[in-house]
Amino acid sequence: MRGASQAKWVVAAVAVALAATACGSSSGSSSTGASNAQGTFSYQSTEPQNPLQPANAMEVGGGRVIKTLFKGLVDYDPSNGQLRNQVADKIETTDAQNYTVTLKSGWTFHDGTPVTAKSFVDAWNWSANVKNNQINSDWFSDIQGYTDVHPDAGDPTAATMSGLKVVDDTHFTIALTGPVSYFEYKLGYTAFSPLPEVFFTDPAKYGQSPIGNGPYKFVSWEHNKAITVAAYDKYAGVDKPKNGGIVFKNYAQADAAYKDLISDNLDVLDQVDPTDLSSYKNDLGDRAVDQAQGAIQSISFSLYADDWKGANLSKVRQGLSMAIDRDTITKTVLNGSRQPANSWVAPGAMGYKDNTCGEYCTYNPEKAKQLITEGGGVPGNKITVLYNADGGHKEWVDAVCNSIRQATGVECTGDAKPDFKSSRDLIKNKKVDGLMRTGWVQDYPLNANFLRDVYGTGAAANDAGYSSPEFDKLAAEADKATSVEKTAELYQQAEAQLAKDMPAIPLWYYKTTAGYSKNVQNVKYDSFGDPVFTQVEVKQK
Amino acid sequence: MGRYVARRLLQMIPVFLGTVTIIFFMTRWLPGDPAAAMWGDKAADPAQLAAFKHDMGLDVSIWQQYLNYMGDLLTGNFGKTMSGRKVIDVISEALPVTVRLALLAFVFELVVGVAIGLFAGLRRGKAFDKSTLVLTLLLISIPVPVLGFIFQTVFAIQLGWITPTVQDSMNLGQLLLPAIVLGSISLAYVARLTRTSIAENLKADYMRTAVAKGLPKRKVIGTHLLRNSMIPVVTFLGTDLGALMGGAIVTEGIFNVKGVGNALYHAINLNEGATVSGFVVVLVLVYLVASLLVDLLYAVLDPRIRYA
Repeated sequence: MRGASQAKWVVAAVAVALAATACGSSSGSSSTGASNAQGTFSYQSTEPQNPLQPANAMEVGGGRVIKTLFKGLVDYDPSNGQLRNQVADKIETTDAQNYTVTLKSGWTFHDGTPVTAKSFVDAWNWSANVKNNQINSDWFSDIQGYTDVHPDAGDPTAATMSGLKVVDDTHFTIALTGPVSYFEYKLGYTAFSPLPEVFFTDPAKYGQSPIGNGPYKFVSWEHNKAITVAAYDKYAGVDKPKNGGIVFKNYAQADAAYKDLISDNLDVLDQVDPTDLSSYKNDLGDRAVDQAQGAIQSISFSLYADDWKGANLSKVRQGLSMAIDRDTITKTVLNGSRQPANSWVAPGAMGYKDNTCGEYCTYNPEKAKQLITEGGGVPGNKITVLYNADGGHKEWVDAVCNSIRQATGVECTGDAKPDFKSSRDLIKNKKVDGLMRTGWVQDYPLNANFLRDVYGTGAAANDAGYSSPEFDKLAAEADKATSVEKTAELYQQAEAQLAKDMPAIPLWYYKTTAGYSKNVQNVKYDSFGDPVFTQVEVKQK
Repeated sequence: MGRYVARRLLQMIPVFLGTVTIIFFMTRWLPGDPAAAMWGDKAADPAQLAAFKHDMGLDVSIWQQYLNYMGDLLTGNFGKTMSGRKVIDVISEALPVTVRLALLAFVFELVVGVAIGLFAGLRRGKAFDKSTLVLTLLLISIPVPVLGFIFQTVFAIQLGWITPTVQDSMNLGQLLLPAIVLGSISLAYVARLTRTSIAENLKADYMRTAVAKGLPKRKVIGTHLLRNSMIPVVTFLGTDLGALMGGAIVTEGIFNVKGVGNALYHAINLNEGATVSGFVVVLVLVYLVASLLVDLLYAVLDPRIRYA
C-alpha cells in the first residue's frame, strides 16, 4: 500500500506548507495616524518596456518609475495641476520663443555630482538624436536645430541643437523655431529631465540602473518582478518624500493585484480591474479612491473617407452625438468609473471649460433625429465603430450603438479588431471607414495638449484627419500668446470650432478608480492617475 | 536500444526545425507593427520608427529575418527583447520558476492521481470508486481559472492561511497551491486512467498466477498489477509534463507567479516575436525530451516491448 501512505503524506505536506506560508493579513495596523518616515510601501506596476531613461518612457510601467527618479526644471503641483518650479529658479521669455533658464543651486544627482545647465543641455541633445532611439525624441522638436539631429530620413548632420546654449553652470538659453507660449508646460514632461555625466559613458548600462536627481534613488530592478527605489536624503525639491521608498511590484493581471490589496499584501493600487469595480467601494470603504483623471474617451469620424466628406455632415455628426445617453452608460455599463463628457478637454487641465460641446453632448433623441435628417442622413443609414477587443471596450461600444440605434434608427455595430496594435494600424494608416474609438491621455495639464495635438491639421494624434482653417488659425494665435493664461483662453475659442464641426464625439472622462491598504495613509492621486508618491505615509506598526 | 535512441534523437531535428519555423512566421505575421505599437495611442515619429526597426532588425524582408534568426539560434543566440535585454536572460529567469511549478504539479498529480486510481480500481463498484468517478468528473469540468479563483478566495481571502498571490516565485511552499490548481485537471485524468487500467488488469492471467503462487498481496499489486497498469498513465504523464510547462499561463496569471506563462503573456502583448519564439523553442525541447523518456520507459515497465 505504498500509494496510500504517500497520499497521506502529501495531504499532510499540503497542510503543513499552507500553514507555513500563511502570512496572515496584518490586522494590527494602527489607526492612530502615526507614520514611519522610513517605511516603504508597494505599488501595483508592470515591467517597463524600455531601459529606464527619461526620454525613453512613454508607457506607465517605466514612466512612473522615472517620475520618481528624476525631476526636471518644473513639475505640476498635484493638488491643482499648476506649474511649479523645481530645478528651475526662473524661466524667462519676452516673445514666447527665446527662453532664459536660471537654475537653483544645491541640486545633486544621486551619485553626488551637481545638476548644472550642462546636465540639461547634454541630456536634451542626446535624447533628441535619432540615433539614440529615444521614444520621446519628438518632444524636442520645438527647439531650433532639431531637424539637424533628427532628420526625417538619413543620418543626423549635427550632434547638438543650435537652439540650446549653456551660459554658465546655472544658466542656459533655449531658442524655439517659433513661438510656443506653453513651452514651460511641456518642460514638466519627464523627457526634459537632466542626466548626469556618468550617463554618457555607457547609456545601456545606465538604463538598467539609472542615476537621477529626483526624490527617490534607484535601488534594484528585478526584471518582470519588481523595481525598488529609496528616498534620496539630499533631495532639493519642494516635495520631499514622507516615506522611505517604494517597491513597484509587477502584476500581469489587475485582479491578482486587487486580491493582494484587500488582504494588505499590496499597499497602493494602480487601477481596480473592471470585474471588481462594482464591489471595490464596499471592500475598501474610505480607502477607495474615485477621482477625475486628465484623460478622455471619444469616438472619431474618419473624415478622410468619402462618406464623411460632405459639408452638411457636421449636422449628422452632432445628431449622432446627441443620440448617446452618456449618463446611463457611465452609470450602468461602466459602473460609474467614468464621468460623462461635455467638452473636448478633461477637467483639471488648465483652460478646461465646462460644456463647450453644449446641447450636442446632451441626450436628446428628438433633436438627434432632426439634425441627422437636416444633414442629409447617415450615409447608408449604417455606421460601424472600430475598437480593439483587448481593452475592455466591447461593453460600452455596444451600449453606445444601442443608444444610437434606439434614438435614431441608424444601424450601428461595433467593429472589433483583435488587439490594440491591429486597430491602431488601421487608424494610423487612415484605413478606417466609419467611426473609431479614440482617446487622449494628457501629457501635461493644459487644454492645448487636448486640442492642438489631437485636432490640429496634420497633428500626430489627429486620427480623424480633421482639418479646419478656423481651428488652425485660432490655435496658431494661441501658440503665439505671451502668457499661458492667454493661450488657454484662445484655445477655448478654438475648442468652440470643434462643436461646430464635430470631428469627434466626446464621450466621457476617465477617472482614477483605485485604493490603498491598511498599511498606508494620505494616498492621493494626481490628474495623471499616479499616486502622489512622495506624500504617501506608511503607518507605524 | 542505443540505435533506437540515436534514431529518435535524429528525428527530433526536423521536428524541432519545423516547429521553430512555424512559430517564427506565426509570430511575425501577427497583425500590428511591434515597433509602432510602442507609441501607443500616438502616431509614431517616422524617423524614430525607422531607427527602431533598423535597431531591431525588422527593416529587412521577413525571409532575411528568418535566416538571421535561424543563424543566431544555431549559435545559441535567442535575440533581444524590445527593451534591449537578451531573450535568453528572460528565459533563464522564468524557466526555473515554471519548472518548479510544473514539477510540483506533476508530482501532485502522479502521486495523488495514481493512489486514488489504484484504490478505486481495486474496489470497483464500491462507494470509494463511485465517488472518485463523480469527483474527478467534477474536477475535469471546472475550468482552471474558476478553480484558481475559488482556492484564492477560500484559502487566502476568507481563511487567511496564505497570501492571495505568490510573493516569492522561487519558494516551493508558496507555489504549492498554484501547483495543485495546475495539476488538478490532469489529476482527474490520471486517476481515471489508472482506475480503468487496474480494473482491467485485475482479471488478467498473470494476476491469477501471481495470487495462486501465494505471493504476498503487496507484491502482487505493486510489482505485477501496478507496473503493468502504468503504461497508459505514463504515456499521458509524459505529454502532460510539456502541457504543464506551457499551460501555466492561466495559473501563473491568477497567482502572479513570475514564470514562463507570465513572461509569454507579456511578450505576446508587446508583439515581441523574438521572445515568444525563444520560449516556444525551449518548450518544444521539453516536449521532445519528455516524449523520448516516455518511449524509453515503456521498455522498463513491460520488457516485452523491444526497440529495434
